[in-house]
Amino acid sequence: MIDSGDTAWILAATALVMLMTPGVGLFYGGMVRKKHAVSVIALSFIAFALVSIQWVILGYSLSFGSDISGFIGGLDFLGLKGVGMEATDLTIPDILFMIFQLVFAAITLAILTSAVVERVKLSSFFILGLLWTTIVYDPLAHWVWGGGWSAELGALDFAGGTVVHISSGFSALAIALVIGKRIGFGEENMEPHNIPMTLLGAALLWFGWFGFNAGSALAADGLAANAFVVTNTAAAAGTLSWLFASWINGKPSSLGMVSGAVAGLVAITPAAGFVDPLSSIVIGAVAGVICYKAMLFRVKKGLDESLDAWAIHGIGGVWGAIATGIFASGAIGGYSGLIYGNIDQFIAQVIGAGAAVVYAFTVTLILAKLVDAVIGLRVSEEEEYVGLDISQHGEKAYA
Amino acid sequence: MKKIEAIIRPERLEKVKSSLEKSGFVAMTVTEVKGRGEQKGIKLQFRGRTMEVDLLPKIKIEVVVKNDEVDKAVGIIADASRTGKCGDGKIFVIPVEMVVRVRTGEVEL
Repeated sequence: MIDSGDTAWILAATALVMLMTPGVGLFYGGMVRKKHAVSVIALSFIAFALVSIQWVILGYSLSFGSDISGFIGGLDFLGLKGVGMEATDLTIPDILFMIFQLVFAAITLAILTSAVVERVKLSSFFILGLLWTTIVYDPLAHWVWGGGWSAELGALDFAGGTVVHISSGFSALAIALVIGKRIGFGEENMEPHNIPMTLLGAALLWFGWFGFNAGSALAADGLAANAFVVTNTAAAAGTLSWLFASWINGKPSSLGMVSGAVAGLVAITPAAGFVDPLSSIVIGAVAGVICYKAMLFRVKKGLDESLDAWAIHGIGGVWGAIATGIFASGAIGGYSGLIYGNIDQFIAQVIGAGAAVVYAFTVTLILAKLVDAVIGLRVSEEEEYVGLDISQHGEKAYA
Repeated sequence: MKKIEAIIRPERLEKVKSSLEKSGFVAMTVTEVKGRGEQKGIKLQFRGRTMEVDLLPKIKIEVVVKNDEVDKAVGIIADASRTGKCGDGKIFVIPVEMVVRVRTGEVEL
């Protein structure tokens, strides 16, 4: 039975989440050098468009089609066959559920562009992106939300901490290892070319995240309202904790501030439907500090996972999955975590997150090596030098 | 007094700046410029079509030094900005007739 209130909210939430993908583009775009600004923002739009088509034709079916051995969905919804305007399981039209899931798949590919900025060959990104969303994202979405093994095990992921953030973060790490460092990394000045642009992107992310998490209740109800509140609270706690952690080492930068906001948002994502507002303060604050430490570790190792999708989404996602097992409260979402004496939930969370880390990292490593060997992931040295805006798009960000 | 005007790769600015500073050349003026040399910029090859980027971003550094320090300063700038590839830049040395310190009106010839 279609509920008009639920349907109205999920329509709006879907649009909110859509805006996050260009938001990622602006967030990343401000952090690169100006000769690559157009390219980085364009990568997010391309990710959105590419996954939009893939999802309608194939992706939705692989994720939400009838279960095959707990690993992947069948081809019953190929080309959205049978996905119509009626509601079968939920109180919203099937086709609305489909597009709500689509915007999640799309932003996930956009997040992992962090690893390839300023050096990726555009044509190779199309190929790698299509392979990645089909072979890495779709199975992971099926494991957790489509009735796969992870859901059977009881691992909780309310809005995509595992599916979206662990997967994009650890895949970014794998791709960074294959594509290699930017020319001059560690020697030349690579400071962000437009911090206000990054702050604008972060604002769009924070705003859109209300659709991401509160929309994941799939209803306009109290659980959605709780998810909305814990999302904002964790983001605020992450903002402050990263800011203070970095203040100890120097000035409290605005980039750190918004990185902390995103870290808090990532960490609350799997937990948003299971924890109360006070727990979300702890979840967000811890996320800000550990993601900051992960970023410092990455820099110290000389690894050019350029815009820290691994540190923020990967590590923040792992912490969020574990935190869900610690702080879940029966009064909110019907599941109890470690602080209520339930160790089983905690173990399920660790297994779910660990499996996603291993799958995303390993399979992405293979895909990236494959694409690199066949068509090459990188542009030529000269194309990288003049900037991807001119060499890949024939445009300039600032004329 | 001579003015050294060096056109260098933007990514070498930090290295040039710190090398100059180590030898006591602290004062300088830096400008973002665009330019090209004999090669007319860079030609990029894409499957059959060519794309020219004829004006590349460069940095211009201006340093005024005493006559007997010109060789040293020029050497430092050249060493710090050299990659060995086309596009490393040029250094010009120009005579300076007079220097006035604005704050005090002090004149140096």
